[in-house]
Amino acid sequence: MKNSLTKKIVAAPYLLWAAIFIIVPLIFVVYYSLVDANGSFSLDSIRSIGKYSDIMLNSIWLGFVATIISLLIAYPLAYIMARTTKNMQRTMMMLVMLPMWMNLLIRTYSLMILLQDTGIINSLLGAIHLPGANHLQFHMINTRGAVILGMVYNYIPYMILPLYSIMAKIDYGLIEAAQDLGASKLQVLRKIILPLSLPGIASGFTMVFVPSVSTFYISKKLGGSTFSLIGDIIEMQFKSANNYNLGAALSLILMVLILICMAIMNRFTGDDDDGGVLI
Amino acid sequence: MKTKLSPLSKLYIVLIMFFLYAPILVMILFSFNASVSTSVFQGFSSRWYVSLIHDEGTIRSVTNTLILAVCSSLIATVMGTAAAVGINAMRNKFIKKTTMNVTNIPMMNPEIVTGISMMLLFVFVGSLVGKEDVLGFTTMLIAHITFNLPYVILSVLPKLRQMDPNLPEAAMDLGCTPLQAFFKVTLPSISTGITTGLMMSFTLSLDDFVISYFTQGPSFETLPIRIFSMTKKRVTPDMYALSTIIFFAILFLLILLNVSQVRGEKRLRNKLNRGGAA
Repeated sequence: MKNSLTKKIVAAPYLLWAAIFIIVPLIFVVYYSLVDANGSFSLDSIRSIGKYSDIMLNSIWLGFVATIISLLIAYPLAYIMARTTKNMQRTMMMLVMLPMWMNLLIRTYSLMILLQDTGIINSLLGAIHLPGANHLQFHMINTRGAVILGMVYNYIPYMILPLYSIMAKIDYGLIEAAQDLGASKLQVLRKIILPLSLPGIASGFTMVFVPSVSTFYISKKLGGSTFSLIGDIIEMQFKSANNYNLGAALSLILMVLILICMAIMNRFTGDDDDGGVLI
Repeated sequence: MKTKLSPLSKLYIVLIMFFLYAPILVMILFSFNASVSTSVFQGFSSRWYVSLIHDEGTIRSVTNTLILAVCSSLIATVMGTAAAVGINAMRNKFIKKTTMNVTNIPMMNPEIVTGISMMLLFVFVGSLVGKEDVLGFTTMLIAHITFNLPYVILSVLPKLRQMDPNLPEAAMDLGCTPLQAFFKVTLPSISTGITTGLMMSFTLSLDDFVISYFTQGPSFETLPIRIFSMTKKRVTPDMYALSTIIFFAILFLLILLNVSQVRGEKRLRNKLNRGGAA
């Protein structure tokens, strides 16, 4: 058919674009990680990755913890949202999305201001003079906890939205039916809501985990100089150390690790052909 | 079935909203601070808003950001819509699946990897043609178009699938050329998907920092890049003032969008009721 031929041709510019600007750059990542600074083949960069394995594992661990915390906080909220009136749902959606549109750098910086030793939380705590305790102060900035908090704070909307959109679709009749048949609240959650919301969990997990593991700004601001994540090391190679080869090798490993994590995740939730829930 | 909220649920919502908005409230508060401090409030003043208006560098970076977002989202929307039409028409399962997988790459990959992979390409091409400073507006535009494209394609494709494929054919039977059939029949039925794609790419482009950071050059500075270089030292409250303005602008737009949505739904409902009664 002539028509379908022209239809196929309209995709040509995109296919060309995708080949040059998606595929070729990835080939470059592989290429740079296999050569040295002079362009001759060398495995030095790949070999020196071993030095960074602790940082790598640490990044994945922190990202994982932040993702689980986000899930635990977001899950009840998404459920509550899905069960309210239409107007309330709309307002809540807006409230959840609004911070996402603020610049991440500014939000993280304000969070830093809040957590500082001389920051607002500590000044407020200092103002409360408890008898006995001489000065109520918490050291929060430059700790692992602060970095995790930053990740949760910045990325939790990406968990709430897919969870909400999948829970809004759950037929409430199913829940009522289960209750009528004598299921306890926990049973309803375990046997109905949880299985039906699995695709939402999977896409929320991806959307929080990937940026958390690869972040470099949050760890820099909230973790201080004592603290590096894999993203920081990669950024350093490209912006100050000028070791593109090592940076490329680290990125390659990061990419592979994330792919493995995603594959494990998909095992648990079952393959989703639609590519998850897109907001 | 849609029940009123229990007090416990209400408390939970309030707590989470407090968590989400506390840093933003801090930002708004300190944008009115009389002193340069971003941690001790020393009286109310609007001086940072005044100094913002006179800060040429920041104003230029805002304009740059808008130019980049408009250009990249428009190009991505046109190319992405065409791509979605083409992908939808593909009969070969393997080619179609491969294309979709490639399309998903920029969405699945960590931003930092997308950023550095493009940077490596640009720097390599730059060294081939002997240009040291390849990074600039063009490279950023290419990068932004690339990460916008999947969002456009993925919001247009479902609309194309929902559309009755016989409709454009009927139009052509009635004498339309394929092009006319596309513009008169296909385009109106996928327009909501196109608008969603356009809006998403516009906002993504406005807000992007990581990919811009690796593909930018000193000749073209966007707002997120500027904020980054400022947060390296100490942020002065004029950045807070700017963010506060952005916050309220977005709030206003979202409320407008919501109101128009509610109105549209009401109108539709009225129409349906009347139709039912007739």
